[in-house]
Amino acid sequence: MLDFEVFSQQLITGLSNGMIIALIAIGYTMVYGIIELINFAHGDVFMLGAFLALTLLGALGMEAWGPSGQVFGVALMLIGSAVFCGGLNWSLDRLAYRALRKSSKLSLLVSAIGCSFVCMNLGLFWGGAPMKVFANGNSAAAPKDFPAIIPQINLLGDGFLRITPGDLLVFAVTIPLMVGLTFMVKRTRLGRAMRAVAQDPIAASLMGIPVDRVIGATFFIGGALGGFASVIYSLYNNTIGFQMGTRAGLDAFTAAVLGGIGSLPGAVLGGLTIGCVRSMSDQYLETRWTNTIVFCILVLILIFRPNGLLGSTRREKV
Amino acid sequence: MRWRPGPIFIILALAALLPLLDVVLPPKMQLCEAVRGVFLYAILALGLNVVTGYAGLLNLGIAAFMAIGAYAFGILTCEIYPFQLGFWPALALTIPIGAFAGFILGAPTLGLRGDYLAIVTLGFGEIVQDVLKNLDVVTKGTQGINPLPAPTFGGSEWTAEDEYKWYYLFFALLVVTVFAVRNLERSRLGRAWFSIREDEIASRSMGIRVERTKLIAFATAAAIAAFAGGLSASVLSSTGEPSNYDFQISILALCIVIVGGIGSIAGVLVGALVMVGLNSIVLVKATAWMAANGIGSQGNVLLSPNNWKFLIFGLALILAVRLKPNGLIPPRIERAKQ
Repeated sequence: MLDFEVFSQQLITGLSNGMIIALIAIGYTMVYGIIELINFAHGDVFMLGAFLALTLLGALGMEAWGPSGQVFGVALMLIGSAVFCGGLNWSLDRLAYRALRKSSKLSLLVSAIGCSFVCMNLGLFWGGAPMKVFANGNSAAAPKDFPAIIPQINLLGDGFLRITPGDLLVFAVTIPLMVGLTFMVKRTRLGRAMRAVAQDPIAASLMGIPVDRVIGATFFIGGALGGFASVIYSLYNNTIGFQMGTRAGLDAFTAAVLGGIGSLPGAVLGGLTIGCVRSMSDQYLETRWTNTIVFCILVLILIFRPNGLLGSTRREKV
Repeated sequence: MRWRPGPIFIILALAALLPLLDVVLPPKMQLCEAVRGVFLYAILALGLNVVTGYAGLLNLGIAAFMAIGAYAFGILTCEIYPFQLGFWPALALTIPIGAFAGFILGAPTLGLRGDYLAIVTLGFGEIVQDVLKNLDVVTKGTQGINPLPAPTFGGSEWTAEDEYKWYYLFFALLVVTVFAVRNLERSRLGRAWFSIREDEIASRSMGIRVERTKLIAFATAAAIAAFAGGLSASVLSSTGEPSNYDFQISILALCIVIVGGIGSIAGVLVGALVMVGLNSIVLVKATAWMAANGIGSQGNVLLSPNNWKFLIFGLALILAVRLKPNGLIPPRIERAKQ
């Protein structure tokens, strides 16, 4: 039985979560596009961003601020996490990846997995830190409640659908970011440099493009988007934990591959698709099978359409 | 030419003599039980070494095949199922079952590029856990399948008290695995794996059937991992819960291979000693010591050595790749290059 009301509601939830996944997926796709590395640590950078947001929220006592103060607070968390995650991602590239540019892809990937584990452990330490902002603080590994400072009301009054300020926030943050990013990649000097490096790093460096700095900037921007995503994720879903990076990372990577890795609109399309598939599966199948379904999508896409829905059909170079 | 003992021989000989050391050590310091874990993970990592070291395909879901082996062993032997085989036939059957599972996953995905394959294997590792947890009708969910049989020699079944018997059983099976893998390495198939790792297109033009050869590497690794899984289920007398075979285990195996020396059997043995030694000897003993001296506390996350695991694994991977890309004991082919 397909109840239209339930279906639409799941669609809204799916689209909101999908936008968040898309924002993370852009981080994967940008880095992959430029140095062909699956940045394993990206999901964990996202996770640390959520912890920073929670710490900011608790340390400044934002829960007690008035409605207008909380708008300011959300903006503060968004900027704080974005700068933090961007900086963290940039440092990972500087410390762990840059020296390996000339090594095999396998070494680079292994280094990224190492970074992912280090970040995950930092999240564990962070979650166990003796701070009064962490509810469920007895165990470091337990998921933490993220205070719902966004009012949980229905903007449509008593209508049959429910759209919360949380849904609006997701779209209000993600859409301008995506538009801005597209503009940056298409129109600005840095964007042109990024595309040049992605196409051929050696030729780009011969044209006077500082390749390492452009790659660093890509990592920063990708990480910053993950930071934005972490704040809206936390405000939307209200629970964070040190292991959430792996799951979010797998979803986002699946989204990036689904849309065609290296393609920005592809990442958005993939994210929205995965978000909707997840919420539909939660509703019409069983929650416990959702991850399995997402994985099956990943495998099927990779087998039948490895370039994704919007990806280019460039073959691997000899 | 005079015969000189190679590194593999020396490591195995030292391992064979370890129980003698245990006899003189006080009970608290005894190592045999922990070293048995080193053997188990060495077998697992030797499997991973076939696919990642020889054939150059990064597999991040090796623990899933270990889980498949453990559950296969459980279902074949436990009294609540119709098969009720003994220890040896069931353990032997984990090998073809693991190979088959590797074939099922590998056949459609091995055409993928290396990094995509890594993600698929990672996802597979997560999904196998989910499926084992969710199919609780068959797998008993988080309870795990138990009790499971131990080997019998001379009529009576072993128990957990037969520490040295278990030790030498693990040791013997490790030796068997080492020889099997070493012979594979030097066979026509092994050369084909190396060749594919170095240059796929060149190998293809030399007449190597790349897909088939990769698939055999994948299935061999899966078979060895499943074998390790069956063994671990037997010694614990339970499959344990599905999350015992999580991403951490796959990463532990990867650390062993990368730190020890990718593609090198002696390297894998040393890597297993270092990484599993850190993981289940140093950390565990440190936790026990700190608890005994009142330093450790549940409240402080930093004071529980167990919480440092991810950091240690992660740093091991980053530093190994950066400083010793060929590992502690590089494979012969790399030593020859230098």
